[in-house]
Amino acid sequence: MRKRHTPKDRLITVALHIALAAGLFFAAFPIYWMLSSSFKSNTEIFALPPTILPKAFTLEAYAAILGDPVKLRFFFNSYFVAGTVTVLTVLIALLAAYGFSRFNFRGKGSLNTLIISTQTIPPITLLIPFFGLVVSYGIFDTYLALILTYLVFTLPYAILLMTGYLNTLPRDLDEAVAVDGGTSWTALWRVVVPISLPGIVATSVYTFLLCWNEFLFALTLTKSTSMRTVPIGIQLLMGQHAFEWNQMMAMSVLGSLPLLFIYLVAQRYFLAGMTAGSVK
Amino acid sequence: MTRQKRSHHKLKRAVAPYLYLSPSLVIISLLMLLPMVTVIGYSFQNSAVLRRDPSFAGLKHYQAIFNDPVFWASLWHTLYFTCMSVIFHMTIGMIFALMLNSDRINPMLRNILRVLYILPWLFTAVIIAVIWRLLLEPNGVVNSILLQLGIIGSKVEWFSSPETALHAVTFANIWAGYPLFMVSLLAGLQGIPKDFYEAADIDGAKAYQKLIFITIPQLMPIIISISLLDFIWTMQVFPLIWITTGGGPIYSTEVLSTYTYKLAFSSYNLSQASASAVVILLISLGLTLFYIRYQKAR
Repeated sequence: MRKRHTPKDRLITVALHIALAAGLFFAAFPIYWMLSSSFKSNTEIFALPPTILPKAFTLEAYAAILGDPVKLRFFFNSYFVAGTVTVLTVLIALLAAYGFSRFNFRGKGSLNTLIISTQTIPPITLLIPFFGLVVSYGIFDTYLALILTYLVFTLPYAILLMTGYLNTLPRDLDEAVAVDGGTSWTALWRVVVPISLPGIVATSVYTFLLCWNEFLFALTLTKSTSMRTVPIGIQLLMGQHAFEWNQMMAMSVLGSLPLLFIYLVAQRYFLAGMTAGSVK
Repeated sequence: MTRQKRSHHKLKRAVAPYLYLSPSLVIISLLMLLPMVTVIGYSFQNSAVLRRDPSFAGLKHYQAIFNDPVFWASLWHTLYFTCMSVIFHMTIGMIFALMLNSDRINPMLRNILRVLYILPWLFTAVIIAVIWRLLLEPNGVVNSILLQLGIIGSKVEWFSSPETALHAVTFANIWAGYPLFMVSLLAGLQGIPKDFYEAADIDGAKAYQKLIFITIPQLMPIIISISLLDFIWTMQVFPLIWITTGGGPIYSTEVLSTYTYKLAFSSYNLSQASASAVVILLISLGLTLFYIRYQKAR
């Protein structure tokens, strides 16, 4: 059995805790600085020496964003696009995953490899043809352009995630429905969907985050301020009024809330979504 | 069941998987495979996208890119940015995972730290870029701390001097990306059977010996898969660099993605940009083949 009483052992434990504190500083200080700067005035942000806690706590930056319909629109756009893509992706991926997990068919292996390999397609490669297509079909600067193109990147991962989840569920349940004369379609909706809710949640979380974070297509395939999403909005803020740092930080805090919220509420699903595929 | 009914049922079973897969396959074909073919086509045309009847250009655009010193600089920066990021993501991820897995710390503290150490992962690339711009401003907090500690003699313009800009963006990316390794390695560590360590204890193994001969070999499959994925994804990083430095100053942080983007949407040379995009695609595909082979071999 291990002993914990020697001086050397105590020293190691102390050293470990110092290292943990250093790690915490590394991981969290930048985020703390964003948060505290969002409550400062623009002059206090660059005060010398820097103020760790806001000396004059102010909500002016948040008021400037929440009171501006142009900036609120960025949030609406992000929620709308990410929400729509999430619903579509989950539905389509669920069907594909059911096909992969419950049937054996010709070409299954190669289709699976195709889907795994599409995870690594560089977005910049697809950007130029997307731009060409979106312009020629007249959907440049519309929600439709973003929704369609986001699907390409959310779908492969969602299929892999859902297939992995469905493979862990016993087949007997839905096979029983089929034996009783039901079709696989009824088995899917009556049996598989209700018991795979955790997998559906994980997939939705992952898909939503991917869309919420997307920058390149939102930058290129939309143009008018009223069509921009949060990441582009933050960038616009940067150009607009030569560095309203506190507003940029407040916008960043507001733009991170969905992710933080999901992480705190659904940590299990979040981590399942983010690490599936790579760990397995 | 009658024979007719049974054969009908069999037919249904045979067709069903394709029906379930069809929506996905239609989307992937139309929105991924077709655009990939299109971009290759563009790279051999003059005035792609911009003209309705583009003429054939042969390898002209590829030659133009390979003769452009900025392209080679971008390739080099991409390589530096990617290799350093992956190496440090792995190292920091490993150290954090090992620290959190230690039974010397209180389980409560462990759970709190685990949540906090993952934080950088929860932020969008644009937000990470904005945070680091604030921190690394010449008048920002990093400079004032370093000045007070006497580590630097005068304010450093981290993102706007050619000597430091590439290191600064790489550092920001290292900060942003280590949690993927940390989370995966932590999951891996919990999967290593305890008896391996007990057997080693009986043999009188030292801590570092257990690390080198048990922990690292057991984690190797995870380390290799995540490194490959991280390499492929880091190579494609765009928003972080776009927002912090925009590829400047004087191309010192230009990477393949910013180079291609500027060709397409600042110079409107969509043909040459397509050629550059195809080069990126080929590099990614090469690495992807490697990744898939590795995943299958496991």
